[in-house]
Amino acid sequence: MEFASLAAGIGAGLTIIGGALGIGKLAAAAMEASGRQPEAAGTIRTSMIIAAALIEGISLFALVICFILAGK
Amino acid sequence: MVDSTTTQIAADSLKNSHSESGSDWILHHVMDGNYLDFSPFAKIYLPHFELFGLDISITRHVVFMWLGALLLAIVMMRVAKAYKSSLIPKGFTNFWELFIVFVRDEIAKPTIGKGFEKFLPYLLTAFFFILFGNFLGLIPFSATFTSNIAVTTTMAVLSFLVIQFGGMRNNGVWGYFKGLVPHGVPILLLPLMVIVEFIGLLSKPFALAIRLFANMTAGHIVIYALISLLFVMQSYYWAGLVVPMALFIYGLEVLVALLQAYIFTMLSGLFIGMAVHQDH
Repeated sequence: MEFASLAAGIGAGLTIIGGALGIGKLAAAAMEASGRQPEAAGTIRTSMIIAAALIEGISLFALVICFILAGK
Repeated sequence: MVDSTTTQIAADSLKNSHSESGSDWILHHVMDGNYLDFSPFAKIYLPHFELFGLDISITRHVVFMWLGALLLAIVMMRVAKAYKSSLIPKGFTNFWELFIVFVRDEIAKPTIGKGFEKFLPYLLTAFFFILFGNFLGLIPFSATFTSNIAVTTTMAVLSFLVIQFGGMRNNGVWGYFKGLVPHGVPILLLPLMVIVEFIGLLSKPFALAIRLFANMTAGHIVIYALISLLFVMQSYYWAGLVVPMALFIYGLEVLVALLQAYIFTMLSGLFIGMAVHQDH
């Protein structure tokens, strides 16, 4: 079990790549939509935050597995 | 006569008996424990109970859950009493009316639609309980009870029960299960769709539990990891970098506390709406 911590670290890094990519694309789309129609900026901002929290939830699933691995 | 090797052995054994790896220190502060930790000042040991072999001793998270529930009851009873005298709130009641109207107009009404009043008490309770729990954890020397997987799983099970009973009451027991599978699906795909929908029924509340637990735990672990950098580097000058970073993450934690309460309540409302009004 000597590679457990290494596995946890690599897993966490890979997970963060996916999560950051997803939220980055989401933020880009939100910025573009707000620029096109500034009156809808409030609605777009709310939806963006909701979607970001959901994407972050997924990346935290993998983080929990990394915690379990790092404890071994 | 005590020579240098014996002092060395004594010093080594002392160091080994107190040493722990860095992650032990972090986990020891984030996880549940049997004592209330006000560390340099006091340590309050909590009683140990066992019932039929199950450990139901009072732990840190239990004490803070009681505190959160007590706070919630006191605040909400005061707010409810203030509405008896006049319908226009002021001051204290006005502040809580902000949140209550927010839950009703932005979470319950858009997601559930018609008949949302029946589910409003549950959604309000879930929102404020999680909110109080998350914010209690931000006070120094306290513990976050929403970072305990047992608490979040229980809340997810409660949401699951409200979703199923809400759906079954509106559509009938058989009608609810029939409405899970969408219309116009080819007969050959039907068994697969049934399996997928059943897994979806169970996985959605599971995701609710894990999302809240992981968000709360991860935030605290990041703050502790940053502070333990000071001990790893063993120099005071690092505090100029560590303390601002830890404060920034603390600010992020305040935002995450609000956001996670909102997300839990909104997703519960969404699932209730999908179960109650099953026309796709």
